Amino acid sequence: MSSPEPERSAKAASYLRIEGVGKRFAPGAAAAVDGVSLDIAAGEFFALLGPSGCGKTTLLRLLAGFETPDAGRILIDGVDMAGVPPYRRPVNMMFQSYALFPHMTAAENVGFGLRQDGLPKAEIAARVAAMLDLVKLGPLARRKPHQLSGGERQRVALARALAQEPKLVLLDEPLAALDRKLREETRFELVRIQQRVGVTFLMVTHDQEEAMSMASRIAVMSDGRIVQLGTPQQIYEEPASRFVADFIGAVNLFAGRVAGAAAGFLQVDSAEAGTTLVVEHAPLPAGSEVAIAVRPEKITLAPASTAPNRLVGRVRGAAYRGEASTYEVELAGGKLLRVTLPNTGRRTEGYATGQGVMLAFAPAAAVVLPP
Amino acid sequence: MTHRLSPFLAVMMAVGYAFLYGPIASLVAYSFNASRLVTVWAGFSTHWYVELMHNEAIQHAALISLEIAVTAASGALLLGTMAGYALQRYRRFRGRALFGTLVTAPLVMPEVITGLSLLLLFVALEQAIGWPRGRGILTIAAAHITLGTAYVAVVVEARLAAFDRSLEEAALDLGARPFKVFLVITLPLIAPALAAGWLLAFTLSLDDLVIASFTSGPSSTTLPMVIFSSIRLGVSPQINALATLFLVTVAVLVTGAGRLMRTRDGGR
Repeated sequence: MSSPEPERSAKAASYLRIEGVGKRFAPGAAAAVDGVSLDIAAGEFFALLGPSGCGKTTLLRLLAGFETPDAGRILIDGVDMAGVPPYRRPVNMMFQSYALFPHMTAAENVGFGLRQDGLPKAEIAARVAAMLDLVKLGPLARRKPHQLSGGERQRVALARALAQEPKLVLLDEPLAALDRKLREETRFELVRIQQRVGVTFLMVTHDQEEAMSMASRIAVMSDGRIVQLGTPQQIYEEPASRFVADFIGAVNLFAGRVAGAAAGFLQVDSAEAGTTLVVEHAPLPAGSEVAIAVRPEKITLAPASTAPNRLVGRVRGAAYRGEASTYEVELAGGKLLRVTLPNTGRRTEGYATGQGVMLAFAPAAAVVLPP
Repeated sequence: MTHRLSPFLAVMMAVGYAFLYGPIASLVAYSFNASRLVTVWAGFSTHWYVELMHNEAIQHAALISLEIAVTAASGALLLGTMAGYALQRYRRFRGRALFGTLVTAPLVMPEVITGLSLLLLFVALEQAIGWPRGRGILTIAAAHITLGTAYVAVVVEARLAAFDRSLEEAALDLGARPFKVFLVITLPLIAPALAAGWLLAFTLSLDDLVIASFTSGPSSTTLPMVIFSSIRLGVSPQINALATLFLVTVAVLVTGAGRLMRTRDGGR
């Protein structure tokens, strides 16, 4: 796994620079991409994360040259890409559908770009063999795409995108078409290949787990804009808005009003919680509306009687998930909370539906968001 | 599981098939008749096929028909592919709706109208610019291209509609220029539709009587015209034999076209 190092990436010269890029498909229509700026360093594994229709795929197609931006500039390695057709860009794309040529074998697919470059036959053959070895498909080189499984096709598509040794590879939902188990294995495989080849990956995905486990940095997109940019940990632990908190993982949100501030803590009156919550945060003016976000795994059950942020509720439902159990707890005021508890022992007793419980969360576990 | 038909439906189906294919079956059967009379069975014989082989008028007409059909199918393939490509790929251009209607209009136009209007056009052209000089193979082929183009355009357009555009984008992305992409990606993948379109246009041309009659000249009698005119002089079993051969050819080609149209990417 790559360790997140945002400081270094920010300082390194950016390989891909996107400056205020915008795209509207029809005059008057909502912008698909709206004033997006990004700097991506060479060798980074970067993820564009967002729900479908947020403009992430359009942004990728702008980079590949299939669409032209209405506004802004795209610079790859310092060169403005305006007017540069897709077949002259130093970028390769891996398509969501893989877009393997059905009338060519796996090896012919991988070698397609090299043939366009006019390399000598022997060199093409050697490079194709090396690429197929990299994705562990050597023995299947002569198969046609329809004779390959979904996972094998995915690897042919990856090998084809890497064959021309581009500095930047665009991956459009690279794992979306795989089944769950294969998807999880392939995550590590993709990161391993990216690090071994030393290429910059820009991946588009709607799957937050995928983005967090693979990318060194993530840009969360919504309605054509980047709403937050950061490492997976920053995005998860310090979401900048309700949208990000809600889109990345599960979250419990309490609407409230600031009652007072003292010594780095904020008191927030929340009718939904039925109490005054204490959270670690810089002072805010009393009376401001806020939302308190707490992740399900940061809530504890049966806390000590001295613990802050104690809430009383009743278990409404329980889901056993193996490594953890998720409970739905209804507070006295009717607010539903989600609580995740790890199953540390083999015979951990769960909580039964209808059982009254006491919950709490630490002041440092909560995030204060704009309402 | 097979579904059992009710007796009523079974009878209706049998009657329907008999109505459609009975005459054709009897035509084929009597082509192997030893008798000169079409209505009296006198034992099996391939006599009429042998005779057919020696009938120079019919052979000449068959060659003309083949020449016209190959020319017409090839011309229709070229024009129809371009029309189908334009209709499918360029969703917005001035006059697109009109163009689409005009391309496919020959599909529903009565053949008599098509034939007559083409005849008038050829006559007017000859008077205005001296070309085409008289009517003959060239004018029949031109008329058949008009008809075949519509069929090819429809087949190609349908194939392109089912075509995954990302294949072309992938090829562009890998460094192939647009024309190269068309040659090495698009063309091979729509080839079955092109072959099907060619076969359809070929078949249409081969069995067309009406349009050919309007646009033919003295030295360009096609096979269907020979059959039609010889029937008026009394039916010879030779015509049965000829019709049988014709039927087999057309059936083979149409089946082939149908198969090609159903061929899916990589599903060979």
